[in-house]
Amino acid sequence: MTNQNTLSHVDLETPEKPFLDANELVINMGPQHPATHGVLRVILRLDGEKVLGLECVIGYLHRGVEKIGEHRTYTMFNPYVDRMDYVAAVSNGLGYCETVEKLLNVEAPPRAQHVRVILTELNRIASHQLWLGTHALDIGAITPLFYTFRDREEILKIYEKYCGARLTTHAFRIGGLQYETYAGFEKEVKNFLNFFRPKIDEYEELLTTNRIWLERTKGVGKISAQDCIALGVTGPVLRASGMKWDLRKAQPYACYKNFDFEIPIGQNGDTYDRYLVRMVEMRQSVRIIEQALGALPEGPIMAKVPKVMKPPAGEVYHSIEAPKGELGYFIVSDGSTQPYRVRVRPPSFVNLQALDLMCRGQLVADVIAVIGTLDIVLGEVDR
Amino acid sequence: MPDETKSPSQHPPQGDSKPSAEKPAAPATPPKPAAVATPAAKPAAAPPKAPVPTPTPWDSPMIAKLRRTYGSGIEPLTYAGQNYIVVDRSLIPELLYVLRNEEKFDYCVDITAVHYPQREKQFDVIWVLYSFPRNERIRVKAQIADGATLPSSVPVWPAANWLEREVYDMFGIKFEGHPDLKRILLPDGWQGHPLRKDYGILQQDNQWVQINLGIESGQ
Repeated sequence: MTNQNTLSHVDLETPEKPFLDANELVINMGPQHPATHGVLRVILRLDGEKVLGLECVIGYLHRGVEKIGEHRTYTMFNPYVDRMDYVAAVSNGLGYCETVEKLLNVEAPPRAQHVRVILTELNRIASHQLWLGTHALDIGAITPLFYTFRDREEILKIYEKYCGARLTTHAFRIGGLQYETYAGFEKEVKNFLNFFRPKIDEYEELLTTNRIWLERTKGVGKISAQDCIALGVTGPVLRASGMKWDLRKAQPYACYKNFDFEIPIGQNGDTYDRYLVRMVEMRQSVRIIEQALGALPEGPIMAKVPKVMKPPAGEVYHSIEAPKGELGYFIVSDGSTQPYRVRVRPPSFVNLQALDLMCRGQLVADVIAVIGTLDIVLGEVDR
Repeated sequence: MPDETKSPSQHPPQGDSKPSAEKPAAPATPPKPAAVATPAAKPAAAPPKAPVPTPTPWDSPMIAKLRRTYGSGIEPLTYAGQNYIVVDRSLIPELLYVLRNEEKFDYCVDITAVHYPQREKQFDVIWVLYSFPRNERIRVKAQIADGATLPSSVPVWPAANWLEREVYDMFGIKFEGHPDLKRILLPDGWQGHPLRKDYGILQQDNQWVQINLGIESGQ
């Protein structure tokens, strides 16, 4: 039995000593603050401009989603999961539906799986676009926000045509899909891909070699792969630290094993690398959607599932690679129509834990950059 | 809106009749060996096409190694293709260290709990673990009684910090040796632990209306 703390270089219990016995300053940031992406409150301990340590206060958006789940049937709870990570609602739905399908021991038919992959990857692009726009805005670049929101609109239009909703889509059903794709769906998605590919270059032109962007992001909020693993940080943050790990490859779900795509990784684990990783991820999503469209099979869109769902008693944990990291559902069934327990393992909640470590020794302005680069959604942190 | 307010009120505010009436002993059975679980779960699936899945024992070199050390303290089970180990509460910090250091389960995905009020040991505490080198997922499950504590796993995985705080917040399970065990999602002055089965979903609302408005809740 060892007692070593696996975090490499920082003792998170005690803040760093102030420089030259200066007075330590405690200031409050949020919960109502434009750069905290919702209602995150951060208590900063400062030595001048230098961050000695910080504490996150969360829960302002807590709606008791897990408790609600115990009082709804499996079908009724499905729309609720969209409200957690509301910028990537489709991914939330995919994770939930697949978990209940595991409990029911059914599998969605191939056509449904392909449509699911297309919509989920579109959602990954939309989520990354929103991240890029707001993150750049926080740091001071206003233009990318208009570019990304302009292009994100095209994805939302596809969602609206497909299921009537733009954000909280409730696109999937347990066992497959409720709606067949509309006439012209494939063509519109293809058009979007052709429209979007040069747009990524446009974003990169604005930022990748921009001197201000480099100064504000290079070397800011560094985290090593080892610390990421110790703190349970997943998603683009882990990949930017040099760890080649993506659940779509490591433990493929839906029909991801049919598609050929790369996992981008960074080297330094700083804000700039995380930016690059997410940019490449958007390109890879385009690749996946293209392949899925090409291989879109005909056939049923719904597996045989009973109208009244009563999964046999048992428990299942299933997770997917959401745009922000590993999104897991742990569902316990007791054989009745309602889940006995629904646990959501949100990527944002766990990733936010690393904020303290990433901000130590940085400036106050960098805290804003690090919150942006972690890509948290408070609806998912607080549930 | 009326639907939203009506449907919860079907359950009594205290909520304790729900688990006992609608949810009989079935949830207690899955961790038990197959012999007990089969008769309880069979009537649920009346159509005879698919046999009701039950947790079955599994084995691997790792389990064989753990068995040599811990004997009957661990019970490896598999369900729906997912492996988990039911362990005795007394093995808890030690087994977690062994899993991390020797079996390379270096990523603590999640820590959570489930409440079974009708059981003597009311809580299942579950660690969801993943190993990057092995690309393998495993769950560790321990049963503890209401009011009992567990050793904190923050020294094993720093990720456990907030996860344990959430379990404390929602279930009231205390973790000994946790650096900062306090509520995380709910305000500090909150009464009760909401994810316990005996915590009714209207309880807090009624209380707030009574204290702040001085009237009986209309729900």
